[in-house]
Amino acid sequence: MRGAMDRRRVAVCRELADRVSAVVEFRGASFRIGAREILKGLTLSVEAGETLALLGRSGSGKTTALKMVNGLLYPSAGEVYVDGRETRAWEPVRLKRHIGYVIQEIGLFPHYTVAENVALVPWLEKWEEARIRARVAALLEQVGLDPDQFAGRYPRELSGGQRQRVGVARALAADPSVLLFDEPFGALDPVTRLELQKQFLALRRDLAKTAIFVTHDVREALMLGTRIALLREGALEVAVTPPEFLETRNGEARAFLACLDWQAHQP
Amino acid sequence: MNSSLAGEIGQLTWEHLTLVLVSMTIAIAVALPAGILMTRRARWRPWVLGFANIMQTIPSLALFGFLIPVPLIGGIGKRTAIVALVLYALLPILRNTLAGILGVDPAVRESAVAMGMTAAQLLWRVEMPLAARTILAGIRVATVTTIGTATIAAAIGGGGLGVFIFRGIASVDTTQILAGAVPAACMALAADGALGWVERRLIV
Repeated sequence: MRGAMDRRRVAVCRELADRVSAVVEFRGASFRIGAREILKGLTLSVEAGETLALLGRSGSGKTTALKMVNGLLYPSAGEVYVDGRETRAWEPVRLKRHIGYVIQEIGLFPHYTVAENVALVPWLEKWEEARIRARVAALLEQVGLDPDQFAGRYPRELSGGQRQRVGVARALAADPSVLLFDEPFGALDPVTRLELQKQFLALRRDLAKTAIFVTHDVREALMLGTRIALLREGALEVAVTPPEFLETRNGEARAFLACLDWQAHQP
Repeated sequence: MNSSLAGEIGQLTWEHLTLVLVSMTIAIAVALPAGILMTRRARWRPWVLGFANIMQTIPSLALFGFLIPVPLIGGIGKRTAIVALVLYALLPILRNTLAGILGVDPAVRESAVAMGMTAAQLLWRVEMPLAARTILAGIRVATVTTIGTATIAAAIGGGGLGVFIFRGIASVDTTQILAGAVPAACMALAADGALGWVERRLIV
């Protein structure tokens, strides 16, 4: 009797401890469309301050996993927890405003200026105008865009790299606790990409936010991730730190690392 | 041109304009919400577009004729004419509303949802402003067509500039035909120009 009580108490404590540290947690999360299972029982937790790289080939389910975090998709089986609360238990709009989101196509609103784009979530959250203005200026500064020069421009007047910076500023606007990136630098030229990757590292150092980003570029995963989760055909292969990733014997991981070797050995 | 003809031109032009404005107001009030609804209900699309398509293929004179025996909306006069003109104007507005909203970049829509916009905010803050030009182009086409088609309203006692045209044909009087056709053409050009100007003023 007493043993059972203790065991239960231990289980409750453990669960509470999990909830405190894990900002995002997948528990057996699956996603299927018809007969096709895109994600197969993903179990993975992301701790506060961590930058998790979701690495995998096209169609490995990494974007699907990402979209389950902010409720763009809900698992067909299993659950996803954000700040200890199941995503279905969140009010959908609340959950989305709680999480920053950056996609490859950026999706800036073409009819809004840079400042209006960045101000979107604070505006939706009904911040005071002066506070929004100050926040926008600070954010543009932070992503390396001069507010005086860029605030009034429309997205079509920006380069690809500048647009992506605005996308990052917009995602950061309401100070979300989690940031999601879906191949944010995929469409950029290599020079601009490296510039933005460096910026990403600097932002990570300054803001210490929890971030999950999707990539198929193993070099990017190694450079930006504090941990790499490798997906293959919807199943998790390994979830390890970059140094461990370089040493792992996992076949899919070796296949990705072979891309690096091949690149390095080109004349 | 004598003063009584000038007076009649003025009166019938006014009547014509009223027919067009009333018809277009009703057509927009019906087709715009219907078009928006159809972007949310894909299953209704073939039915609603099919109906509007069929309305458009009926020869206009026949459509006016068909409506005369219909109870409540039919009969001789302005009401029947307006019903027919509305049916004609639906298709371009419906089609352009649908095309405009569905044509919004999926990445923009996805990021609007991911930023935590509500369904209403997505529609009014993102989709409608971005579709405005296409929707307005549909309204412009519908307006110009309605101005032309409204001349046939006279055949069922709807009045308007068609009165001159039918009278001119019956009495082989070119002056009468021109008295109807020229103001109608001018009205169509003016409407086209004005709506085109608004269209160009919209950003994006």
